[in-house]
Amino acid sequence: MSMYLPAEFIVQVDYSRCRSCRRCVAECGFGTLSYQNDRVIADHKKCAACQRCVSTCPEGAITVIHNPLAYKKNYHWTPEHIKNLHKQAATGGKLLTGGGNDKVYKSYFDHMVLDACQVTNPSIDPLREPMELRTYLGSKPDSLSFTCLENGEYKLETEMSPQVRLEVPIVFAAMSFGAISLNAHKALAMAAKECGILYNTGEGGLHKELYAYGDRTIVQVASGRFGVNHEYLNQGAVVEIKCGQGAKPGIGGHLPGEKVNQEVSQTRMIPVGSDAISPAPHHDIYSIEDLSQLIYAIKEATNYEKPVCVKIAAVHNVAAIASGIARAGADIIFLDGFRGGTGAAPTIIRDNLGIPIELALAAVDERLRREGIRNKVSIIAAGGIRSSGDMAKAIALGADAVAIGTAALIAMGCRLCQKCYTGNCSWGIATQRPELTRRLNPEKAAECLTNMIRGWSLELKEILGSLGVNAVESLRGSRERLRGVGLSDTELDILGIKPAGR
Amino acid sequence: MIGTFPRIPSGCAISGMMSRRARHMTGEAVIKSIALMHDRSNGLGGGFAAYGIYPDFKDHYAFHILYNSKQNRIDTENYLKDKFVIDRCEPIPTRNVEAVTDPPIIWRYFLKIEEKNLYHNNQLIDERDYVVNVVMHINNKIDGAFVMSSGKNMGAFKGVGYPEDIGRFFCLDEYEAYIWTAHGRFPTNTPGWWGGAHPFCLLDWSVVHNGEISSYGINKRYLEMFGYKCELQTDTEVVAYLVDLLHRKQGIPLDLTCKALASPFWKDIDKMKPEQREVFTVLRQVYGSALLNGPFSFIIANSGAMIGLNDRIKLRPMTVGVKDDMVYMASEESAIREICPDLDEVWAAKAGEPIIVELEEGVKV
Ligand code: SF4
Ligand code: SF4
Repeated sequence: MSMYLPAEFIVQVDYSRCRSCRRCVAECGFGTLSYQNDRVIADHKKCAACQRCVSTCPEGAITVIHNPLAYKKNYHWTPEHIKNLHKQAATGGKLLTGGGNDKVYKSYFDHMVLDACQVTNPSIDPLREPMELRTYLGSKPDSLSFTCLENGEYKLETEMSPQVRLEVPIVFAAMSFGAISLNAHKALAMAAKECGILYNTGEGGLHKELYAYGDRTIVQVASGRFGVNHEYLNQGAVVEIKCGQGAKPGIGGHLPGEKVNQEVSQTRMIPVGSDAISPAPHHDIYSIEDLSQLIYAIKEATNYEKPVCVKIAAVHNVAAIASGIARAGADIIFLDGFRGGTGAAPTIIRDNLGIPIELALAAVDERLRREGIRNKVSIIAAGGIRSSGDMAKAIALGADAVAIGTAALIAMGCRLCQKCYTGNCSWGIATQRPELTRRLNPEKAAECLTNMIRGWSLELKEILGSLGVNAVESLRGSRERLRGVGLSDTELDILGIKPAGR
Repeated sequence: MIGTFPRIPSGCAISGMMSRRARHMTGEAVIKSIALMHDRSNGLGGGFAAYGIYPDFKDHYAFHILYNSKQNRIDTENYLKDKFVIDRCEPIPTRNVEAVTDPPIIWRYFLKIEEKNLYHNNQLIDERDYVVNVVMHINNKIDGAFVMSSGKNMGAFKGVGYPEDIGRFFCLDEYEAYIWTAHGRFPTNTPGWWGGAHPFCLLDWSVVHNGEISSYGINKRYLEMFGYKCELQTDTEVVAYLVDLLHRKQGIPLDLTCKALASPFWKDIDKMKPEQREVFTVLRQVYGSALLNGPFSFIIANSGAMIGLNDRIKLRPMTVGVKDDMVYMASEESAIREICPDLDEVWAAKAGEPIIVELEEGVKV
């Protein structure tokens, strides 16, 4: 009986401070607050704990707390299970959620530590010495050939596959226009340009206003093929075939019709107000041969000038799948771990399917090396990368670059309330409601993103300096510089690292 | 395999000398030079590489092998007989030196390969790849045996002790070579293992190395992809293998090989003319995992060249001196002046700039 469900959060208004300006009433995207009988009243059940009212109240009069006495304590039947069962009893539907898997699975990032130099090999001070983060994504040959010119200089004879340059080994993860607002997309594009990295259209097509950022764009081809045409493919720097997503392996995308306004409809090439549901598999990919055909169809369409990336969710057999993808002709493999975010996914899928990115990445890198084909592809790792520390560890495990989605949203203001699928994001990010999207100033948000990327790159340089190396390629795949703390022998073996102290 | 040891960081002294006209010199000078830098080593490792020492066997692969026991030697020799024609084998002559204690059994072999052995599944394999495989097998699979060197007309002499004592122990004053390199080791901890001393050799490559390769982890994994087994856990090993891979197997010219191992910074690459920018950009893109990072100076030699290389920001010292046809390289200028006070030219090697010394044109060894 869902109407009897207690509220998850309580919105407390300190009436001694509230001056009845009613700003909070307007700020809440979820319609929680109203002004009745000369005071702000909260319908607690609607509150998503997005912190918008708390952050914008000029008097600091609002506090949002967990409803402390919601359920009797029970370690097995957690409040979430009880709440979900009541909801399903009332609706008979699949429960949806947004954001990444928030369950208490072990985070391997938190069980790995990096090395540092002491005495025998000096650390390097990034404030005084060059420290290089530049990274190129694309397929590399095993060897090169040169001819020597008369003047003693060399000329390259090898024909190289297309390479895309990143000034920092980070890309913004795929988030579609539709799932997030155009302002959020603009912010990502501007920041990508400013930082010399890439952002990703997701499966929502590319809005014309963003064509100017084409050389910083990964254009995605997902199973719904929304917005995909020849022009679109040729706008981007990289074309990404999305086969899977960490938050919902084996599941297609779902953009609720409420989010499909005029602009989204035009960009996606679908009618206004219609649900944009992309199928679980691509209807032309039922095998690795099919994938190979699509890869080469895209390469033909883009004149072999752009690396083609294939994105998959980290699942049990990820190493063998990745090897197949490398052999199928992909230039980049994007591995998305089970902590990866989403605008909308069935909760049960998000919380129970897929494997941690750390293990998937380690398994894939090792497999590709064993098979001698690691050079053929670049690896982007994603799915819950929270800090430059996680980034450095992912690189040490073997990633060429990491992708960040949730971290980028947070930099733009997101409070991780996980209600993206409702389209009511009070922060103007995961919504298309004009009164909400207006709140996100693209220039300001781009500045926040740029600041974050700058912060991470400074930190990565510090880490490299401590490791006594001055180029990120000396960390890439250098698992010797990682140690495990509190991991079993099997886990250490999969990660390819030694335990701390050895 | 003589045990597996954790990788040991070490500081060191290195010295090298080469006659560009291939004039042969005894080991006395190089011993004197490395001995001057006595304080840079701690008596836990010293060694030498010498080129041109076996003129009577110059077309044979000369294997210098260390054994823990007689049985190890018998096992290894059985394996060698299988792989090669052994034209001569003998203990390497040594003399008693008080400071050198507990030496292993040390033998040398002069080996030829029967052509039929070079066919694997009816396919001709490169003779040198064949030798590399044999060396990898002995070092990694046979208990208590270690191949110190495996090139033609050259050899490595190394052990636990100060380099000058090791030099006397191996009677190096009685050998004549046109390239000598030497190493004195200062490991921070030692398993007391003779194979762990420098130079590290493969085919006719030898490396003496001062420093630590902080990028060892990825260099090793990169090499493993091409079939090299880095189980000795020494930094120096990866240097030798990387040069072998890039230069010998893939045909990258020596100077570009050095530029892959200690690449120019992007800020400098960006300033180059377009064609050169392309060369160096692609070199880094493709060989990023071969980049040697961390503090090092090393001297690599083969039968035709001696190469000095410093890390990209020169965290270890190296000086170069020239006198007539002689080129000297050493951790300290004094070690060069000690044996050649009157140099024509002397300079400090620049960060990341290889110094490649080759035999003069037309000179035959
Ligand atoms: S949903 Fe957000 S804005 Fe609305 S009451 Fe809750 S915390 Fe405040
Ligand atoms: S994007 Fe908005 S709706 Fe989604 S989690 Fe963040 S704050 Fe909540």
